[in-house]
Amino acid sequence: MDSRVIEEIFRHEGGRVLATLIRLLGDFDLAEEARQEAFATAIEQWPATGIPENARAWLVHVGRNKGIDHIRRQALLREKVAGLASEGEEPSHGGADDPAEADGAAFADDRLRLIFTCCHPALSLEAQVALTLHTVCDLESEEVARAFLVSQETMWQRLGRAKRKIREANIPYETPPPALLNERVDGVLAVIYLVFSEGYAVTSGAALVREDLCREAIRLGRLLDALLPGRADVRGLLALMLLHDARRKARVSATGDAVLLEEQDRSLWDRAQIADGLALVDQSLRTVERISAYAVQAAIAALHATAERPEATDWRQIVGLYEVLLRIQPTPVIELNHTVAVSMVDGPARALDLIDSLAARSEISGYHLLHAVRARLLQQLGRTGEARAAYQAALAAVAPEPERRLLERRLRELPPDD
Amino acid sequence: MQYLLLIYANEAEIAKLSPDSAGTLLHEYGEFTKSIVQSGNFKAADRLRPVSTASTVRVRNGKTVTSDGPFAETREQLGGYYFIEAKDLDQAIAIAARIPGARHGSIEVRPIWPMDR
Repeated sequence: MDSRVIEEIFRHEGGRVLATLIRLLGDFDLAEEARQEAFATAIEQWPATGIPENARAWLVHVGRNKGIDHIRRQALLREKVAGLASEGEEPSHGGADDPAEADGAAFADDRLRLIFTCCHPALSLEAQVALTLHTVCDLESEEVARAFLVSQETMWQRLGRAKRKIREANIPYETPPPALLNERVDGVLAVIYLVFSEGYAVTSGAALVREDLCREAIRLGRLLDALLPGRADVRGLLALMLLHDARRKARVSATGDAVLLEEQDRSLWDRAQIADGLALVDQSLRTVERISAYAVQAAIAALHATAERPEATDWRQIVGLYEVLLRIQPTPVIELNHTVAVSMVDGPARALDLIDSLAARSEISGYHLLHAVRARLLQQLGRTGEARAAYQAALAAVAPEPERRLLERRLRELPPDD
Repeated sequence: MQYLLLIYANEAEIAKLSPDSAGTLLHEYGEFTKSIVQSGNFKAADRLRPVSTASTVRVRNGKTVTSDGPFAETREQLGGYYFIEAKDLDQAIAIAARIPGARHGSIEVRPIWPMDR
């Protein structure tokens, strides 16, 4: 038998098998070990017996028994040490009956439980992200460490602490009750979006790892959409990620510089993925009972994605969508994006007024993009000297390297002061 | 599973409450306690005298060193606790959120680590 066939099954079923084993054995580490042993047993036996009809159920069954053996051995050891004569107890989780693991719905529930447990608000956000990538996405802890630019040691500790807290504080392995569902889904979406943004940020080097993060975030979004079908917020985020990710190839020049939206080569955009995203935006905006900020952002991304040329962009509608977004999520960064859209409709003077009022009342005056946008507006107004000062302020704020190069280029292109 | 819910609040702010507001708060605590006694989650609870009455004790080289004041100066001080029985952390958090002090101070939720006896 081809070992690649077996590996393919492990890759495909591994996440589901782990999610169910965690429920049956009641412990993350034990479940990971049990799954490893089940894989080892499969590699040993399947070449002779053939691949069982329901490989997933087989792996869960074997893994569960290995896990229970392990618990028994531990219990026995403890008893011997304590010198007690009492009978070894059955593990509290897992019960006596064989897990009816052929049931697809039970597997889906377990994956959902796993996602909600990994994204539990009692864990730190960085632990939520690490645990989700490691356990739900099945990435090796080394891969997660590399993606977040921390040492393996740090990542091991972070994962260890999180699993320990789940165990010792008794964070439930459950889908939250209806009263808590919206709030907890928000938390899961925040984790997925953080994974995506981390992968999407234009940073020098490690580009491949970064793309992996975007892919994993999109995969998580699809999984959540399949497990909790019809939710506008989940679909909205998935659409947003697909539409942004579709522009990936056009976002960075051959020399590694950031390329602004209006200067991107639109033939490099992934049309199939855009179509996918557009359909999801449509569906998520049709659900009106709870307007999702992700869906509105996705709608904005959709308007950019469907403009054949930059000049064909429907800026008026984009301004309207930013105003909706500001009502749901009044943050300085969204306000900044709103002013950019306003400048396209009402001209730079009006936008400059907005941006100056924003800078006066919020704490983002140290944000490089605020100065960069301001510089651009001043430049358009022909106020070259002030534009130069604003570009310098943007460079003085900590800007990522590819954006620095863009800002420096803009600065060089300014005409001499009049 | 047992949890200790530690109630932290700014003592100076509590001291500034009008007699009416203090009375309302005390009444709310009474109602809350009654409700978790009824639901079977209650095991014990107490309030603590202000940190101005606290003493901190350390034994160094066999010698007892006592000092005035709490272990650490913080903006919010430990002012009381509930000792509860809850199904899991989610239930403990839901109960903690109903403690009247959660609206102005903070509740730290700590799982009890049982002793092997």
